[in-house]
Amino acid sequence: MSKILVCIKRVVDYNVRIRVKPDGSGVITDNVKMGINPFDEIALEEALRLKERGVASEVVVVSIGPAETQQQLRTALAMGADRALLVEHAYAIEPLTAARVFLKLVEKEAPLLVITGKQAIDDDNGQTGQMLAALWDRPQACFASKVEINGNIAKVTREVDAGLETLELDLPAVITTDLRLNEPRYVKLPEIMKAKKKPLETLTLDALGITASKQFNVTKVTPPPVKQKGVMVKDVTELVATLKQMGSL
Amino acid sequence: MNKILVIAEHMAGVVNTSTHKSVACALLIPDAEVDVAVLAADDKAAMHAAKLAGVKSVINVTRNEFTEFVASTAAPAIAELAANYTHVFAPSTTFGKDVLPRVAALLGVGQLSDIMIVNGSHSFVRPIYAGNALVHIDADPAKKLLATVRIASFQPVTETGDATIETANITASLPTHTRFVERSSADNAGPDLQSATRVVSGGRALGSAENFQLIYKLAKQLGAAVGASRAAVDAGYAANDLQVGQTGKIIAPDLYIAVGISGAIQHLTGIKDARTIVAINKDSEAPIFEVADIGLVGDLFTLLPELQKQLGG
Ligand SMILES: Cc1cc2nc3c(=O)[nH]c(=O)nc-3n(C[C@H](O)[C@H](O)[C@H](O)COP(=O)(O)OP(=O)(O)OC[C@H]3O[C@@H](n4cnc5c(N)ncnc54)[C@H](O)[C@@H]3O)c2cc1C
Ligand SMILES: Nc1ncnc2c1ncn2[C@@H]1O[C@H](COP(=O)(O)O)[C@@H](O)[C@H]1O
Repeated sequence: MSKILVCIKRVVDYNVRIRVKPDGSGVITDNVKMGINPFDEIALEEALRLKERGVASEVVVVSIGPAETQQQLRTALAMGADRALLVEHAYAIEPLTAARVFLKLVEKEAPLLVITGKQAIDDDNGQTGQMLAALWDRPQACFASKVEINGNIAKVTREVDAGLETLELDLPAVITTDLRLNEPRYVKLPEIMKAKKKPLETLTLDALGITASKQFNVTKVTPPPVKQKGVMVKDVTELVATLKQMGSL
Repeated sequence: MNKILVIAEHMAGVVNTSTHKSVACALLIPDAEVDVAVLAADDKAAMHAAKLAGVKSVINVTRNEFTEFVASTAAPAIAELAANYTHVFAPSTTFGKDVLPRVAALLGVGQLSDIMIVNGSHSFVRPIYAGNALVHIDADPAKKLLATVRIASFQPVTETGDATIETANITASLPTHTRFVERSSADNAGPDLQSATRVVSGGRALGSAENFQLIYKLAKQLGAAVGASRAAVDAGYAANDLQVGQTGKIIAPDLYIAVGISGAIQHLTGIKDARTIVAINKDSEAPIFEVADIGLVGDLFTLLPELQKQLGG
């Protein structure tokens, strides 16, 4: 039966207000809480539901990241994934490289479906799923808010600027998730214990025959411009007066 | 000489303003010639695109496959057109975000997302971490540069141009594995959220779809578009295409009024470029007040009717 591959990225927790290093060399990530990219948690939840509905037989979570990414993969296993693959790499890579790595894993695993997040909330690129679909020469449906699978066809509703759009895809295919697709389950303690025994295999870029290409060189990182402190008004009359004075009404 | 191809976003024969803004961004590239590609089933959108100021040629590709735009189908065509260009731009709307990375991978190059400042032909600034940091990037000039344009950062070009329209034939075979089924749009009366000069947004505090009508009323009175926080959309008070923020729309109106919205970073990302931000919230500690130009603490259910009255409704 069929397999679903889910891409899980380790990122700074979405509640952390990130700060730029004073020397402009990057953002401060030391001692910052890390977690699974929220969109990827949704991707995993969707895969688990498809498995529970009998559409898939196995859910494999894959990631590219430093050794610590095992934490996020263990959480994914505790959520219900069957096994995990970690392509260990200490440095950030560009989405095209990530897509090339995932293509290798796809060739190995031959899944029916790959689900990724629509974007990783660290670099906010929003590219990897589409790039993988292109390299794999398979359909893509981005920003999914509803997924139905019927045999070899997926019907996916996507959140687009104009509203909602539905596509029909021949499987295998790549789907990227939007926020309203589902609400991920909580992990239960016994599952965390069980997850320790689930298989987690580690690979390297070298072993997969991939070199990290680099097209974009970050010269510096700066904080966004600070806004001038605003004013507080005491009532609606003052609000309207202030708006008029500022030329906004 | 830099040759830039902007992929037009259009619907029902009308070119979306996101294209005008992407052209504006492309024109900032030094020593550039800017063309616009229109993939459509007929010539209407191409005729419209020819009016965009600063555009040299419109590259018109008419095929039945483009009656409805499907990224997986169109990507090989765009990749073929890209051969003659040093840069390919598309707006960072759901249209461009969907298709451009696919084109990039077909071409074997990377892509920049959401460029907000152009510092040179291969030098750009873009936001990361929901806009809490800006990265300055030098791209490898030996490679074709693909990028989506953060449309809130650019003013649209005018429609005073007169570009030539060239017909292009595509030899690439277009896949049939991805098919358009339907599109449904909530009937959002009033101005378009992404290009409106005024926006009134409501949050979870509205409490119900009926109460959300308060937002619609105020918006109507101000000639404003309606927006919403994710919480309001998730709760079903407002349609998904009204969501403002990191995963919704990034907007830059002159006036933004946030009502009963706490101001989570993911929401603030969407409104950073608003000229004047007004916040109405009953919690004086709400983070929205940190970015508001004008803050008013109080209960929206008493303040909104009062505001409407004073505005003459
Ligand atoms: C990956 C990710 C992406 C996200 N993307 C987005 C996005 O694009 N857009 C977005 O908006 N959110 C997004 N979110 C969600 C975001 O983190 C917040 O949860 C959301 O913005 C909260 O919406 P809210 O302000 O309406 O609700 P709340 O945070 O619940 O705030 C309600 C506010 O209303 C005030 N209030 C209550 N009653 C009244 C009253 N009677 N009168 C006046 N004020 C009142 C309260 O004081 C409170 O400040 C995202 C989250 C994640 C994890
Ligand atoms: N290093 C990575 N490890 C695992 N998944 C990734 C990685 N990079 C990207 N992805 C997946 O691709 C999606 C989009 O990422 P991005 O293109 O970087 O915004 C993410 O939500 C993940 O599902």
